Amino acid sequence: MVPESTTLSSPTFECETGNYHTFCPISCVAWLYQKIEDSFFLVIGTKTCGYFLQNALGVMIFAEPRYAMAELEEGDVNAKLNAYDELRRLCLQVKKDRNPSVFVWIGTCTTEIIKMDLEGIAPKLEDEIGVPIVVARANGLDYAFTQGEDTVLAAMASRCPKPQPQKSEEEKKSALRSLFQLGGKKPAEAPVETVDHKPLVLFGSLTDPVVNQLTLELKRQGITVSGWLPAPRYAELPVIEEGVTYVAGVNPFLSRTASALQRRMRCNLITAPFPIGPDGTRAWIEAICRDLGVVPKGLEEREQQIWDALKEDMDFLKGKSVFFMGDNLLEVSMARFLIRCGMIVHEVGIPYMDKRYQQGELDLLDKTCQQMGHTPVRIVEKPDNYNQIQRIYEVKPDLVITGMAHANPLEARGINTKWSVEFTFAMIHGFTNAHDVLKMVRKPLDRNTSLKSLGWEKLIQEV
Amino acid sequence: MKLAYWMYAGPAHIGTLRIASSFKDVHAIMHAPLGDDYFNVMRSMLEREREFTPVTASIVDRKVLGRGSQDKVVTNIVRKDQEEAPSLIVLTPTCTSAILQEDLQNFVARAQEQAKADVILADANHYRFNELTAAEKTFHQIVSHYIDKLKEMPPRSERPSANILGMSTLGFHNSHDCKELKRLLADLGVEVNLVAPEGCSVNDLKDLPRAWFNVVPYRELGRQTAEYLQEKCDQPFVDITPMGVMQTAKFIRAIQKILNGKSVAADFEPFIKEQTLHVSQATWFARSIDCQNLQGKRAVVYGDNTHAAAMTRILTKEIGAHVVWAGTYCKYDGDWFRNEVQGLCDEVIISDDHTYIGDRIAQAEPSAIFGTQMERHIGKRLDIPCGVISSPIHIQNFPVGYRPFLGYEGTNQIADLVYNSFTLGMEDHLLEVFGGHDTKEVLTKTLTASSELNWDEAASKELGKIPGFVRGKVKRNTEKYARDTGASTITLEVMYAAKEAVGA
Repeated sequence: MVPESTTLSSPTFECETGNYHTFCPISCVAWLYQKIEDSFFLVIGTKTCGYFLQNALGVMIFAEPRYAMAELEEGDVNAKLNAYDELRRLCLQVKKDRNPSVFVWIGTCTTEIIKMDLEGIAPKLEDEIGVPIVVARANGLDYAFTQGEDTVLAAMASRCPKPQPQKSEEEKKSALRSLFQLGGKKPAEAPVETVDHKPLVLFGSLTDPVVNQLTLELKRQGITVSGWLPAPRYAELPVIEEGVTYVAGVNPFLSRTASALQRRMRCNLITAPFPIGPDGTRAWIEAICRDLGVVPKGLEEREQQIWDALKEDMDFLKGKSVFFMGDNLLEVSMARFLIRCGMIVHEVGIPYMDKRYQQGELDLLDKTCQQMGHTPVRIVEKPDNYNQIQRIYEVKPDLVITGMAHANPLEARGINTKWSVEFTFAMIHGFTNAHDVLKMVRKPLDRNTSLKSLGWEKLIQEV
Repeated sequence: MKLAYWMYAGPAHIGTLRIASSFKDVHAIMHAPLGDDYFNVMRSMLEREREFTPVTASIVDRKVLGRGSQDKVVTNIVRKDQEEAPSLIVLTPTCTSAILQEDLQNFVARAQEQAKADVILADANHYRFNELTAAEKTFHQIVSHYIDKLKEMPPRSERPSANILGMSTLGFHNSHDCKELKRLLADLGVEVNLVAPEGCSVNDLKDLPRAWFNVVPYRELGRQTAEYLQEKCDQPFVDITPMGVMQTAKFIRAIQKILNGKSVAADFEPFIKEQTLHVSQATWFARSIDCQNLQGKRAVVYGDNTHAAAMTRILTKEIGAHVVWAGTYCKYDGDWFRNEVQGLCDEVIISDDHTYIGDRIAQAEPSAIFGTQMERHIGKRLDIPCGVISSPIHIQNFPVGYRPFLGYEGTNQIADLVYNSFTLGMEDHLLEVFGGHDTKEVLTKTLTASSELNWDEAASKELGKIPGFVRGKVKRNTEKYARDTGASTITLEVMYAAKEAVGA
């Protein structure tokens, strides 16, 4: 199914029916409420939304999460009840019980259809109850899975504070320094010379260890990260200075956040591939250095060092083929990394492709294909899962990266699968975690090799 | 609006999909936005299903919102008809379609003109039904769709036979229960005519009237269908859940009565005696000396109607425990429950608010809880053991091994479950009295004993964030790396470098 022509290495783009399986974007509350420690996420939707969250997030439900459903009843839908009064009642209750620093209201399909004016209600209620309310419409009518985070961060971007003008240059610097050295500890290693550059804010929600790793990685180049969107606490949202601050995304699904920062907050957006895989990480750092006017040093060696450590996994994966059914928008970056590792990519399914925001990534994919002699990658937007499964039967890939709905049935047919959602929850960014990505990709192949002697590969009745 | 963190019964469409995907040759098409096909994940993961779940979505997106679905639903139905050739396609409305108010019945009529399969619209409004009531309704709808079509009823089978109604996908231990029921009926000389909906083809539904009677083991599913069949085909039904020794005997006697009424001379009393004394160990087990400890032990029971009622009876009448309160989340059928457990517990609670249930458990301070996965977690927090007896459930409640709750083998399983829950409680209690397990830290497993390495504050904090079960390994590997590279203090940089180098 991969097009034959090899003269052209730019990817081909297709668009199918959009009949594919993915998580509802409200799932973003699962990781965002943990990331933003003083937040409370209120999902305004129906039992359907609640049932999804309850089942998809499994054990997290029992840990007294800082999120809840505002479950709409018939009276809400036919407007017998007043949305303002209802939301006020629930938010006051949550405020009393949990005292959050910020409410994030997640609008759903139902609030869209009944046209509940959340953006209009929020500022009024915010004044009344004295807690900021951020509104994000993360619904299944418009978005897929990880794009939920994008809508939340885009809404949060406009809440980033402006710099305090009266501060002197020296104060500003020390403020930045203390922000960076949380807890005011002295770095243990010989400090790298910091370069004077325009402020840099990174956007995208990553677990704290990965935040630390990427921050350190930039520190090695003398670059100071002045803040992250989101920050661990709402009160610590990064300062953004219009026309001055540079911003860079860490994940491929953050296009709305990027444009919100660019247009509304007048930030300078650094277009770069995403720091997934050593190749992506290096290119990401290089792009940041380029835009901030810093000369990168030691990056080539650093990248090589990681590739050396990955040698065993790469030898194993070389020549094996992979098929992305597409559900979380990480697909292009993952495919680019795996092609660089010597794998063959049959198809990159993806829910939505923002060619402008992902330009840096697409260029790197193009370059990687040329270098590795890989045929042009077939990128299928809004894929059709049924058609994809027919193509999978046809090309018999060594590995299918897919959602849970298809994983077990494909395994039963002797096709190795990796559950795609794991890549969104695992630490996959930066040099440090490159090995973990390959370990995840290898795992199903290793498992099925170790079961080989069992002699049963197809576990269904052949028709 | 209602503030909610957890629900016991899912939305209506889940019930419809459970029925549709239980049948062998039915495909469901949901009229739903992207992401609402989460049912497929549940079925594929919880049931470890090898087949693709026969559920697809006709996606409602911004365009549909603007102009209506138009041909989209019809096209999707016709397409599925060609691709999968099912016998029946069930168009399934969701909360979204409930407020869009498109004429789905019209789409069904149009699709029916082009599709080979039968096409019906599930009549389950999101705001009026929940998972359980919708499943009940859809099952009845499908069965009557095929029975109403019959010009004449097929003749009764020659030998006594029964249909088992209400076995479905994602039902609590349903596949094991089904096997056990088949075995029990076979022992009674009753043939199983048809099991529905699980594993049944809709084309076989026409044979339902062949059975002499119907068995409805669960209160929540199949009863409406059984009542319909009683009226339509003059089939009596047995709606006693054969869970526990007493109820199983009652169930068998009800069958005996039906058979005797149809002039079959059946006397099952010797069978009941033999099974109760020798096959089921539950009666002897309850009598045995070490179960004396269970006498008067305080328990609370909560779940769906079927399991909570049966469990309450077993605990009180067959084990001698003291049920402080018994509850159900099936509010729509609360009177039945109240009636069933009257006199078997101190108080009856009918509520689907898990925080209220949690509070009531905390107040009751029972020695054991028998409930759903939610109560198991409440128990964890309160340090009270919990046996899971009802949905909602997690993957560990879909065991591979044989674990029926019904029939004589079911009584053995329940005895183990009850006994293990209480002994664990007792053991815990004794441990507390005698100062707990030997909790002295095992130092030899890590290098910390002889370690001169310093972890700076940031690194220690980071280490603390690593999940407990790998933390030791990460710590060892990092310290080893630090020694090898001559670092005296472990900083975040050293930690990450160790991870890069040795995968710590």
